[in-house]
Amino acid sequence: MIRYLEKIGSNTIMILEDMGRMGAFLALGLGGIFKRPFRFSAMIRQVRLIGADSFWVIFFVAGFTGMVLGLQGYYTLRKFGSEGALGSAVSLSLLRELGPVLTALMVTGRAGSAMCAEIGIMRNSEQLDALECMAIDPFRYLITPKFLATLISVPILTIFFNVVGIFGGYLAGCGLLGVNPGAYWTGMEQSVVNQDINMGIIKSFVFALLIVWICTGRGYFVHVIRGAGFGAEGVSKVTTQAVVLSSVAILVWDYLLTAILL
Amino acid sequence: MSRAIIQFKDVVKAFGQQTILDHVDLTISSGKTTVIAGPSGQGKSVTMKLILGLLRPDSGQILVDGQDISRMRTKALNEIRAKFGVLFQGSALLDSLSVFANVALPLEERTRLGSEEIREKVLAILAQLGLTGHEDKYPAQLSGGMRKRVGLARALMLQPEIMLFDEPTTGLDPENSLEIYKLFLETQRKFGYTSIIVSHDIPKIFNLADQVILVNKGKFSTFASPEDIQLSEIPEIQTFVQYTMGKVYLSREME
Repeated sequence: MIRYLEKIGSNTIMILEDMGRMGAFLALGLGGIFKRPFRFSAMIRQVRLIGADSFWVIFFVAGFTGMVLGLQGYYTLRKFGSEGALGSAVSLSLLRELGPVLTALMVTGRAGSAMCAEIGIMRNSEQLDALECMAIDPFRYLITPKFLATLISVPILTIFFNVVGIFGGYLAGCGLLGVNPGAYWTGMEQSVVNQDINMGIIKSFVFALLIVWICTGRGYFVHVIRGAGFGAEGVSKVTTQAVVLSSVAILVWDYLLTAILL
Repeated sequence: MSRAIIQFKDVVKAFGQQTILDHVDLTISSGKTTVIAGPSGQGKSVTMKLILGLLRPDSGQILVDGQDISRMRTKALNEIRAKFGVLFQGSALLDSLSVFANVALPLEERTRLGSEEIREKVLAILAQLGLTGHEDKYPAQLSGGMRKRVGLARALMLQPEIMLFDEPTTGLDPENSLEIYKLFLETQRKFGYTSIIVSHDIPKIFNLADQVILVNKGKFSTFASPEDIQLSEIPEIQTFVQYTMGKVYLSREME
C-alpha cells in the first residue's frame, strides 16, 4: 500500500516537474523574440526547412484530401439531390477543420520530429552546454528562430492546403463526376464567411505553437526525461514521444478551439 | 602572487537520493593548473558543471573571482562565463557549422567586431593550432585530434582567464594525446590562463599539475604532488593509486 502511494507521489512530482520545465521553456522560447541581436537569417533558414520544404507534401496531401472530400461529398449529397452544395461542403470542411489539422499533423511528422532529434542530439553531444559556456543564450540562438519560423510557416501552409484542397474537390466533383462548376464555386462563395477563415487561421497558429513547443522542448530536456534513456536511444524515444504528444495535443486543442470559436 | 580564483564553500549537490558532493571545500589559484581526478561517477563532471554555473548547488557557495555564482541570475552569470573557455570531452563543436564558423562563433555572438577582423583572428588561431586549410570542413569530416584542436581554438577565441578541459585526451591515440598536451602547455604559456583539467589519463596528467584534487565518494582531497597522493593514508585513495599508478610511481618532466 505504502509502495503504491510512494509511486503515485513520485509520478505526480515527476509530472509537475515536467510541466514546470515545459512552462518555463515556452516562456523562454517566446521571450527570445525580444532579445537582441535577433537572428533573422537563422529564422529564414528555418522557414525554408519547416515551410518551403513541406511544399510538395502539403500539395499532395491537400490535393488528395480535397478529391476524397469531393467524391464522398458527391455520393452523400446526391442521396438528397443537393450535389450543388458540394463546393460548400468541401470548402467548409477544409477551412474549419481538415486544413489546419492535417497541415499541423504533416508538419509535426516532417519538421517537428526533425527539430526534436536535432535539439536532442545537440543536448547529448554537449553542444547546448557549449553554447551556454560561451555565454550564448541557446534560446535566442537556437530555439526562438524555430518558434518564429513555425508560427510563420504553419498558417501559410494551412492557407496553401485549403486552396489546393478546394481545387482537389473541384477536380473530383466537377471534373470527374459532372457537378456544375458554377454551382460548386457559388455554393462555396455563399456559405463561407470570414468567421470560417478566421477559425482556421487561429487554429493554425495554436497548432504551430504546440508543435514547436512540444518538439523542441522534448529534445531540449532529453537528458532529464525519466525513462527516455541515453544517447541515440534516448533521442529516438523522445522524438517518438514528441510526435505522439504533439499529434494528440493538436486534436485535443482542435476540439477545444472549435467549442470556443463556434 | 596568485589569488583564489575559484572557491567552493561547504557545497552540497545531490541528484535524488544520491549525494554527489557532500559538504566540499575547494580553492583553485589563478595562473595554476589544477587536475581533478578520481573514479568514474564520483562527481568530477558535476564539479565542472557547478564551476560553469550549468548546475546549481543544493547548498553552499561557489565563488568565481570573489562573486557567488550559486544564486546568480542568468545575465550576471553570462558575464562570469565570459571569463571561461571550455574544451569538452567530445569537443562539442556545432556539427551544422564549418570549422571556420565554429571558431568564429564566440566573436560573432559576443563582440562587435567586423567580419574582416573576425576572419583575420580566426585564421590566425587556426594557423597557430595547425588547422590551416581545414576551415571549410565540417566537424564530422575531422579526426578526433583535429576536433579537439578546433574546440581549443574556439575556447581560446575570447582569451579566457580560466580554461576547463574535460577529459582532453579521451579517445585519442598516444601521439595525439601528446600533441594536445603540447598545445596545452604552449597556449597556457601564451595566454596565461588558469587551467582546470578533469582527466583519467593518470599518471601522465599529473605532470602538468600544480595541484591535484581527488574526488571520492562526494569528498575532495587536495594534494600538492603525485607523491603526496601515493603517501595518502585514505584507503579509497590507496586503492585508486594502486589501480591507476601502480605501487611505485616517480614523477618526471614531460617536456
